[in-house]
Amino acid sequence: MRRPLSNHTEQVLEQWQGYIGLILQGAVVTIEITIMGCIVALIAAFIAGLGRLSRFWLVRWMATAYIEFFRGTSIFVQLFWAYFVLPLLGVPLSPLQAGVIALGLNIGAYGAEVVRGAIKSIPREQYEACTALNLTRFQEMRHVILPQAVVRMLPTFGNNSIELLKGTAVVSLISLSDMTFQAQVVRAQTGSTAVPFLTILLLYFLFSSTISTVIKRLERHLSRGLDGTGT
Amino acid sequence: MEWDWEFSIQILPQLWEGVKVTIQATILGTMIAMTLGLLLAIARRSANEWISRPVGVFAELIRGTPLLVQLYFLFYVLPDLGLLLSPLTAGVLGLGLHYSTYTAEVYRTGIDAIPKGQWEASKATNLSANQTWTHIIIPQAIPPMIPALANYFVAMFKETPLLAAITVLELMNQARSVANYHYKYVEPMTMVGLFFLAVSVPSVILLRKLEARFAPSNS
Repeated sequence: MRRPLSNHTEQVLEQWQGYIGLILQGAVVTIEITIMGCIVALIAAFIAGLGRLSRFWLVRWMATAYIEFFRGTSIFVQLFWAYFVLPLLGVPLSPLQAGVIALGLNIGAYGAEVVRGAIKSIPREQYEACTALNLTRFQEMRHVILPQAVVRMLPTFGNNSIELLKGTAVVSLISLSDMTFQAQVVRAQTGSTAVPFLTILLLYFLFSSTISTVIKRLERHLSRGLDGTGT
Repeated sequence: MEWDWEFSIQILPQLWEGVKVTIQATILGTMIAMTLGLLLAIARRSANEWISRPVGVFAELIRGTPLLVQLYFLFYVLPDLGLLLSPLTAGVLGLGLHYSTYTAEVYRTGIDAIPKGQWEASKATNLSANQTWTHIIIPQAIPPMIPALANYFVAMFKETPLLAAITVLELMNQARSVANYHYKYVEPMTMVGLFFLAVSVPSVILLRKLEARFAPSNS
């Protein structure tokens, strides 16, 4: 026999059904920003990571400046700067653009170090073999070095994308209606605090677990046929 | 857009008030993260599954969710449960709790790196569990951990602006209030960024030195 729910629990449940739709709308925005941010971060990471290994000092210097600049301050500071200062300097950005760019460039700076480290970890014989086979520098990267290096980058990339997902919460402070923003709206309107915040905490956790599962699968898939790195 | 030097100098004292709170929050948060992290790491190694499992899940949960939401949780939910925290206390607790799950990983890998022979030798010389930890394991495990721990110290320092979201008057919040008051954003926001860069960039160099000094010799 089912115990009838107490009045209070029933009330909480009813209220929850009222605002869960709002929170899920926010979840969609969070996912969108995460995906777009990851794309920007991936591009930035490869450009800066390869840039740091360039033969030209100017390129190396620029890549280093970018990396140190974005790692030296937090997403929060960068986002506010992009949102409040850039428009005054003649670069108007919508909250969404500011959010995606700040998140992408920030995590990209961390990713760049991962790209550089993974490429440097490829043993010298591989480079020598490429020279022996008379491959161009581009061919060497494209067909020999990167396919091996990417597998080594994946686990850290996974962690980086989780950091990016967590960073998206900050965009709520520049009035983007992501999950955290909606939870704040619910708090302001209903006065209930524990349930909405627990709901979004669980959703964030669900998303980050999904990211780590996907990365693990991808890792297994990509390491197939490579010796030494596969298990 | 012109940079207004007079305005920048005029707002310095107010920003300095924020810097003080930022430093305070970083130090207190670090103290919590370092001790709580060690407790988490030890609890996770416990032979008792009723301790190690829940602690593991808890740490994963904290690490997989945004610090900002955790801060909101501490700031808005705890008062409903009858625990009234000042903004700074809630902020420091949140910061410390969040980063303790990261430091716990550092401790864990550091402890795992201690060769098994050390544990066996402790047992052979009849040391108690307590003595083994305080005299044998921890003194050997700490030095290689120092660079990673210092790294999280810097990371926490950079994350303190988040406390502005729960009304702590640290540097970012001071800058924001100055900016809103004078309706001038370029100077305060840029100065906040420059301040963090001015601390972070030298600390990166320092961190590299620490790494060279303490890193295990095989890497």
